[in-house]
Amino acid sequence: MQSSDQTLNQILDLACKHFKVPREKLTPDEDFFKTLGIDSLQALDLLTRLEHHFNVELPDYELQGVSDFRTLADRIQARL
Amino acid sequence: MWNQPSKISHFMLDLTPYTCLGAALRDALDRWPNETCLIESDRDREKLRLTYSDFKGLARRLLRALQDADFNPGDRAAIIMTNQSKWLVSAYAIFYGGGVVVPLDYKLSAAEHLELLAHSKAKFLVVEYYLWRAIMHSPEFKNAKMQVVLVTEAPAAVDLAGAYRWEEFRRKGEPTFVNRQKEDPASIVYSSGTGGRPKGCVLTHENYLEQCRALTAWYPFWPGVRYLSILPTNHAIDFMVGFIGPFVCGACVVHLRTLRPEYVRDAFTRYKITYMSLVPMVLKNLERGLRAKFEELPKSRRFLLNRLVSLNRLLTRRRARVGLSRILLPQVHSAFGGQLRAMFTGGAFIEPSTLQFFYDLGIPVANGYGLTEAGTALTLNDFKPFRADTVGKPLPGIELRVLNPDREGIGEVAVRSKTVMSHYLDDPELTTQTIVDGWLLTGDLGRFDVSRHLQLFGRKKNMIVTEGGKNIYPEDIETVFDGLPVKEYCILAAHYIWPAKSLGHEMLIIVLRPESSQQFNSTLGDDLAARNRRLPDFKRVGGYVLWDREFPRTASMKIRRPGLAEEIRKRLDPSSAVVEL
Repeated sequence: MQSSDQTLNQILDLACKHFKVPREKLTPDEDFFKTLGIDSLQALDLLTRLEHHFNVELPDYELQGVSDFRTLADRIQARL
Repeated sequence: MWNQPSKISHFMLDLTPYTCLGAALRDALDRWPNETCLIESDRDREKLRLTYSDFKGLARRLLRALQDADFNPGDRAAIIMTNQSKWLVSAYAIFYGGGVVVPLDYKLSAAEHLELLAHSKAKFLVVEYYLWRAIMHSPEFKNAKMQVVLVTEAPAAVDLAGAYRWEEFRRKGEPTFVNRQKEDPASIVYSSGTGGRPKGCVLTHENYLEQCRALTAWYPFWPGVRYLSILPTNHAIDFMVGFIGPFVCGACVVHLRTLRPEYVRDAFTRYKITYMSLVPMVLKNLERGLRAKFEELPKSRRFLLNRLVSLNRLLTRRRARVGLSRILLPQVHSAFGGQLRAMFTGGAFIEPSTLQFFYDLGIPVANGYGLTEAGTALTLNDFKPFRADTVGKPLPGIELRVLNPDREGIGEVAVRSKTVMSHYLDDPELTTQTIVDGWLLTGDLGRFDVSRHLQLFGRKKNMIVTEGGKNIYPEDIETVFDGLPVKEYCILAAHYIWPAKSLGHEMLIIVLRPESSQQFNSTLGDDLAARNRRLPDFKRVGGYVLWDREFPRTASMKIRRPGLAEEIRKRLDPSSAVVEL
């Protein structure tokens, strides 16, 4: 199984591609709603893409209260 | 699939003789036993399909078990669930047995759930497992007073702290039907929650029966109609147009247990949806997706599309003509399943350009206005003609007036109708302040135009409504900032300080009064930001204001918010005083 850091880096790479922003703009602990200027539905869209990549399924409520990539990576890592 | 009948009234249950929801729903279930009433889909997987007869069977066995567990008429039963069929089955069982439903927002925290459960004195609770897990691990759980808790979808072999499994909580035998009078409470709905003074709106059976009659007069349902439900049923709109309305007309509700745009789009085509309710955020998301698709079209096809959209706009300028729009723009309509007649939105500000975008495509979005204290909706667009800049006209039976209008005709909107709540639970003082001489004061500022369409211009009250349709009250989130190292602080809605004659981009502001020798530095800024992030994203404070004077306080030392807002308004300009967080 891959490490948490690997998962986090893959998520950051995928988020950059998904939202078409440079990789250096995204950091693990910053508030992605604010950095990317997205709403919760756009965050759910990203989650769908991440699920396809990692071949896991997370209910919507798993994202409730999550606003940084590190926590998101932890939630995904727990299901790998 | 049934076509729209020429006389809808033949299909809808005549609600006139009924005094309560339990009796009306009971007869509806018997009238269309073989029609599908509920479909539940999780992403693209259909999980459940129930006829009215199946629904009745499930609810009866549940109620029999509840009544054997000492459920009595007038007992309060709270429901905390996401968008799903068991919400409706449970609510029907409670109404049939003469109980009072307390719908709670599943997005509240466990501590907030427990606070409202205590305030409502709910004796029974129906709750989804993941929410129950949070509640039973909350420190405040030890004080919980519910007698019976039913948990849905709990995994096998987990400890439920004395709760029962909803799926197993059933008994054979006939439950006892209990009739209620029109003035009896049907539900207690919290319009604001916690941290301060919970506002539990006591809504009667008459409130709901009247609201149902008014809404279905303009937007009828009939067997074969499919309503897509993506909002939770605790939401007033979904409770009415995703439960009571379709059920008394023999229609079908499709529950989608996710808000993910990909699956929402898929549900339109898979289930040939007729109506849907949504919040502005979802509508904007659909708009973004459509605009992106249009951008991808080759130039020639985009040109043709634009011409057809212009033609559709011209042909529908007096009234919506969905059938004609489907012929003119078949590909757009087939992406929405080809049966969509209207979408409903309200509660939060929505850009007129978004409404116009959909209307021009022949997909009317009925924008309305309402508040929990007055049932579901007070006004709604009827598309005769479409007006993107208003929240529509008063629904049948709703009297609206503008109090103390200024020179532009703008004043506080007041309402008198049979849909106005009975009172605030256990708060006669607040009830007296809110319902004056039979008129409910909404706290919203509006004006009627010459064609009796209501236009909203802002709020008098200290709260904001998000694009997701959530009402956020400053008092409900202030505890997160407890212990912030400043002399004092207070949260206010920006428009409460600086009134704006417009809606949209509403924001909460934290007013900080540092100690006399204290400077606002990065440590304080980081602390502030970290606390803000503990709140769910839709509840966060948008900026701060530094203030160097003592906050005005009441005799009991509570901050006098109107006084503070007024002082700030006199001395500070928002463009320079507010620092974004």
